Amino acid sequence: MKKLLVIVRKEFAQIFRQPAILRMMIMMPIVQLILIPLAADYEVRNINLQVIDFDHSTYSQEMIQKLAASPYFRLVSVPDHPDKALHNIEENIADLTITVPHNFEKDLIRENKASVSIEADAVNGTKASLGVTYASQVIGDYNQQIRERLVQMPRFNEMTLIEVNTSFWYNPLIKYPLFMVPGILALLVTMVGGLMSALNIVSEKEIGTIEQLNVSPMKRYQFLLGKLIPFWVLGLVSITLGLLVAYFIYGIVPRGSYFSIYFFSGVYLIGALGVGLLLSTLVDTQMQATLFSFFIVMFFVLMGGLYTPIESMPDWAQTLSSFNPVRYFIRVMRAIVIKGSGIGDLIPELKAMIVFGIVLNTLAVLNYRKRST
Amino acid sequence: MKSSLYAMIVKEFKHVLRDGRSLFFLLAQPVMMMTLFGFALSNEVKESRVVIINQAHDEMSAALIDRFDESRYFHVVGTIDDSKEVSTWFEQGKALLAIVFPAHFAEDLKHTNKGSVQILADASDPNTAAIAANYAGAILRNFQSEGLGLTKLPYEIKVEPHMLYNPQLISAFNFVPGVMTLILMILGAMMTSVAIVREKETGTMEVLLASPMHPMQIVISKAVPYMVLAFVNVLIILFLSVFVLNVPIRGSLFLLLAESVLFISTTLALGLLISTSTEKQQVAMFISLVGLMLPALIFSGFMFPIENMPLPLRVISHVVPTRWYYSIVRAIMIKGLGIASIWKETLILGGMTIVLIAIAVKKFKVHLQ
Repeated sequence: MKKLLVIVRKEFAQIFRQPAILRMMIMMPIVQLILIPLAADYEVRNINLQVIDFDHSTYSQEMIQKLAASPYFRLVSVPDHPDKALHNIEENIADLTITVPHNFEKDLIRENKASVSIEADAVNGTKASLGVTYASQVIGDYNQQIRERLVQMPRFNEMTLIEVNTSFWYNPLIKYPLFMVPGILALLVTMVGGLMSALNIVSEKEIGTIEQLNVSPMKRYQFLLGKLIPFWVLGLVSITLGLLVAYFIYGIVPRGSYFSIYFFSGVYLIGALGVGLLLSTLVDTQMQATLFSFFIVMFFVLMGGLYTPIESMPDWAQTLSSFNPVRYFIRVMRAIVIKGSGIGDLIPELKAMIVFGIVLNTLAVLNYRKRST
Repeated sequence: MKSSLYAMIVKEFKHVLRDGRSLFFLLAQPVMMMTLFGFALSNEVKESRVVIINQAHDEMSAALIDRFDESRYFHVVGTIDDSKEVSTWFEQGKALLAIVFPAHFAEDLKHTNKGSVQILADASDPNTAAIAANYAGAILRNFQSEGLGLTKLPYEIKVEPHMLYNPQLISAFNFVPGVMTLILMILGAMMTSVAIVREKETGTMEVLLASPMHPMQIVISKAVPYMVLAFVNVLIILFLSVFVLNVPIRGSLFLLLAESVLFISTTLALGLLISTSTEKQQVAMFISLVGLMLPALIFSGFMFPIENMPLPLRVISHVVPTRWYYSIVRAIMIKGLGIASIWKETLILGGMTIVLIAIAVKKFKVHLQ
């Protein structure tokens, strides 16, 4: 036990001796926490709209005003020719073209029916379909107004109206940072636990100092624990830092208890360290570790539901993502911070994390040889 | 002199090719990302789980519930009577949306011409919640504008949407350019910087510098293999996107490849710059990850919409090379445009490359003393 303590102290000393790496470890969470939530605002608004009005009638002008006044749209151009409009879309000046045809007003009043065409730049399909939905809504509302104006009062009274009230729970103002911050915290702990620990061990391999450690009289578990405990502690430090940043920059206070956050972090870190350890047994150089871990981190992040919801994935991908430890931790962090869930609500996730911890570390220890090959 | 450079490049190629594990990941990375983005990841909200709180139990609410169930956006997972149970459904993640039909819904509609429906959303994922609530509102509005399924309304303005470039709204059209941007950034910047710093860290850089080669030749010979690898990756990505994901290359392939070479040079210049400012591989890697990958991901505009960002971030995005390359690839591949539409982006990338190389060379010389 005493020997272990000495090793741990030595490892800490080694980490603190390299200020560049330490600075990186502190900077990384802060930069990520500041940048990503600010940027990760997927809400589709500020759609650049252009209108070609061939009709130049009172109605077409009125409708265009309604569209321009909508918070979703920004009227950027009023071209007089479709070629100019297409050019604007090619140059990314406009996202959406609404064309009001000749005789729009006449058709509407005489034929009871008029049409408006919308052309959307659909390279980004989600944005295009939402843009069309919003535009249709505004036009539909305007349509309703016209009816109310044109149709005689008694008939108007026969028209029925369904009122729709929407309320958003847990996050009524639709604040994106509240959603992103807990996810990034989870990612952060993964990076410190899984990546930094691997790099640390591999760098000893590459420089050759691991041989010295191997010939020393310490046991295998002492060596491994000595390497892992400092990173376990650092992982908890990084989550503390992250929570502080979340509070001071975004004013986010977890709705759930701090105890459950640290409890889950502690359990999860064991699994994350297992990933790092396993990684370090599989590679010989830091270059390989970098590439390998990059590959894994990319997979973990993309398949973990941080940016795109897991529910949107096809079934096979959802099954695949259930083997992704990060997925559980992201879900746990979000549940605790946003919804205030407790440990009792998250038993399935806790079980998954414990299983990951045991399996990954067992694999890593079996794979670790205290000899150079 | 030329032949010694050639010999150095051959040597560096051997280094790269000998490390089979690294090579594997370098080539597997684009394949994995293309597969994930192509088949697994999507922002699309579909089959959202909806729980119905039906206090009405009339034909009108039944008709609406059917509409929800038929829609591809929703999947009705249950019907309950008491709205108090909703929070449990949300907390256990069993439903994303709850729709409340109050008692006497149809009667109110008939007699007072007014009925109200409440949509409750679990907004812990605000993006999905907002989109799903929006779709739900659209279903309700359509139902109403179709005269509640009874009569046809007068004065109808019909909206005819056309989706340009991507009529089936395939998300691959958006991400293929994004994945290309990311992969090239990793390969170009991260790999070159780590490769050069590795020589410094292990001490072999001294040996190389003591050789009669010019320092720039050493650096160029280090960069060339990664340039070739990056180009191979471009080919792999384009091959996968055309033949597996059915994303066409509408513009000129030659122009696309030429622009890619330009962008690869930009990333190599960045890698070079990083390598001159650090002695440790771990530091080089973190600078690449935090200083390059993250901005590349955030500011290319492929995962996060740039126009939604606060002003300072939008300003920063102009100096991030990935943003320009991404819009070049999109213009050539998806929109089928020529150099006339992207000369501005090309000039910006070219300018950045020259400036970066100039700074790197200057720093490199200082460093050697």
